[in-house]
Amino acid sequence: MIQPLNNALKRNELVLGNKSLKDITDDICAPVERVPSKGWMLLFVSAKTLFLFYILTIAMVVSTGMGLLGTNHPVGWGTMIITFVFWVGIGHAGTLISAILFLFRQKWRTSVARSAEAMTVFAVMTAGIFPLIHTGRPWLDFWLFPYPNQRGPLWVNFRSPLLWDVFAVSTYATVSTVFWFVGMIPDLATIKDRAKNKIRRTIYGALSLGWRGTAKNWSHYEMVYLILAGLSTPLVLSVHTIVSFDFAVSNLPGWHTTIFPPYFVAGAIFSGFAMVITLMTLIRIGWPKFQDYITIDHMEVMNKIIMMTGLMVGYAYGTEFLIAWYSGNIYEQYVFFVSRAFGPYAWSYWIMIFCNVVVPQLFWVRKFRRSIPVMFVVSIFVNIGMWFERFVITVTSLHRDFLPSNWGQYAWSMYDTAILMGSFGMFFTIFLLYLRVFPAISIAEIKPVMNVGKDNEGSH
Amino acid sequence: MATKAIGGMAGIFLQEHRVVEAARKVREAGFIKFDAISPYPIHGMEEACGIKRSGIPYVTFGAGIMGLLAGLGLVYYTAVVDWPINVGGKPMFSLPAFIPILFELTVLFAALCSVGAMFYLCKMPKIDPPVIDKDLTCNKFAIFIPENDLNYNQERVEKLLKDLGASEVKKVAEY
Repeated sequence: MIQPLNNALKRNELVLGNKSLKDITDDICAPVERVPSKGWMLLFVSAKTLFLFYILTIAMVVSTGMGLLGTNHPVGWGTMIITFVFWVGIGHAGTLISAILFLFRQKWRTSVARSAEAMTVFAVMTAGIFPLIHTGRPWLDFWLFPYPNQRGPLWVNFRSPLLWDVFAVSTYATVSTVFWFVGMIPDLATIKDRAKNKIRRTIYGALSLGWRGTAKNWSHYEMVYLILAGLSTPLVLSVHTIVSFDFAVSNLPGWHTTIFPPYFVAGAIFSGFAMVITLMTLIRIGWPKFQDYITIDHMEVMNKIIMMTGLMVGYAYGTEFLIAWYSGNIYEQYVFFVSRAFGPYAWSYWIMIFCNVVVPQLFWVRKFRRSIPVMFVVSIFVNIGMWFERFVITVTSLHRDFLPSNWGQYAWSMYDTAILMGSFGMFFTIFLLYLRVFPAISIAEIKPVMNVGKDNEGSH
Repeated sequence: MATKAIGGMAGIFLQEHRVVEAARKVREAGFIKFDAISPYPIHGMEEACGIKRSGIPYVTFGAGIMGLLAGLGLVYYTAVVDWPINVGGKPMFSLPAFIPILFELTVLFAALCSVGAMFYLCKMPKIDPPVIDKDLTCNKFAIFIPENDLNYNQERVEKLLKDLGASEVKKVAEY
C-alpha cells in the first residue's frame, strides 16, 4: 500500500538528464557565447524589419496626426488603447511567475521565471508607447508627470484614473525591471568569469556590478529578492486593476461595472501565460538543450493555469450578462443583449468567445496539455482572443451612445493594422536580442533545485 | 581604494555539503571574519557562518512609509493648497481617489530603497572585484579566512582547510 502512494507523491524531476553544476552553467551560457544560428538570424531579421516598419508608421502617425487612425467620434478610444491594455496584460504573467509563484514556493517556476520576467519588461515597454501616442501630441507627454512648471503652476488631476495609470504603469515598469536585473546579477558574474576575451569580461563585469557571491552577500541578496517578490505581488494586481479603472470609473454602460478589476487581472494572467507558452515553445525548438530545463511538465503546469484563468474569464463574460439583466437598467441591457453580442460587432464578440472560452477547453485532455504543437496553436488563439476582448470592451461600448444620432462605427484604417502588427516587431526584436545577450534561465536559481525529484525522499 | 587590501588564505571545495560543514568547523575553530563564496545561495550556509538575519526589511518598511508620506504630501500640496480645482463637486482632499497614487509611490520607494540598501551592504557596485577562482561562479565553493582574523596563522589555517576537505588551498593577495 505504501509504495504506490509514495510513487504518486513523488515529484517529477525539474531538471532532466543528470546534469552537474558545470553542465548547467555550460548549457545555459551556450546561447550567449556562440555565433547565432540561422534560425535565430531569420527570426531576428523578420522581427527587426517589422520593427523598422513600426517606427515608420509611428513617425507618420505622429507627424500627420491621429486622424490617420480610425479613432473618431463616437469611438474615441481605438487601437492605441486596445493594444496598450493587451500588452500590459501580457506582462502580468511574468510577474506572476517570478513573484507570486516565488512566494508560494513553487520550484518549477525557476526555469521559466527569467524569460517570463523579461517578457514582462519588454511587453510593458511595448505597451507604454501606445498611450503616449494616443495623447496626440507625444512631444508634450512630460505634462503627464507632476512637476513645478510655469503654467500656473498647473498640476495634474490626481482624481483621474488616467493619471493613476501613469503612476501604476511607470512604477510597474521600474520595479519589474529592477527585479529582473537584480535576479540576473549573479548570472552576469558567471558569464564574466567565463569570458574568453577582454571586451566581454569588461561589459559583463560592469553589468554584474562586482558581484562575488560571498555568504554575506547571498544573505542580503535573498532577502531583497524576497522583498521585491512581496512588493511586486500587490503591485501587479494593482496595475491591471487601475488599467480596468480607466474603463470602470467612467459612466458608460458596459464599462461601469465592479467586476472589471478581477476580470481584467484574470484576463491579463490568461493572455500572459499564453504568450509565455508561445515564447517557450520557440525557445525549446531553437535550443534543444533547454528542453532539459523547460520540460514538458513545466509546459503542462502552465497550460493548466491557462485553462483555469480561461474559465475565470468565461465566467466573467457570463456574469456581465447576468448583472445587465438583473440591474433592470435598459442601457446596460441594451449594450449586452443587443449591441455587444448581436450587434454590428457581434463577429468580434464571438471570435473572443471562441478563442478564450472554447479553444482552451482542449486542455482538459492530458495528451493535448502535453503536446507542443497543440499548446502552441492554442496559445496563439488565446493571444488573438484576448486582443479581441479588449476590442469588444472598448469599441462596442462606445459605438452606440445614449442618443441614436450619436451612433457610428469604428473607421478601422490600414494604419491601425500597421501599428498593431508593428508592435509585435518591437517586442520580438527586443526579446530575441535578450536571448542572445542574457542567460535565458536563471543559473544561480536552477542549481539549488537541480536535485528536486532525484532522490527517493522526493526532496522537499 | 583608500583601505589597504586584505589578503588571506582560501580553500576551494568541490561539494556543497563539504563547504557548509567546513564553514561550521572554521567558525568553531574561532575565526569570525571568514566568508564563504558559492555560485548559488546554499541552504543552511547562513547558520553555518553565523550570519545574522539581513536588516534590509527595516529599510523597506521605512522607505515604504516615506513613500506614502511623500505621496500624501504631493497630492495634498498640489490638489488642496496650490491648485484647488472642483472636480465633480468632490472634496478638495478626496482621499479615496488618491489611494492608487499613494500605493504606487509606497511600493516604488520601498522597492528602490531595498535594492539600494543591498548595494550598500554588499559594497556594490565594485570595479574589478578580486577573483579567487574563476569557477566560484560556476561549480566550485570557497572558504576565505582573512589575515587579520583572530589567531590567524598561515600554517594553521592551511592545515585546517586541508583537513576539512579543500581540494586546493591558496594564498590570496586581495579579498
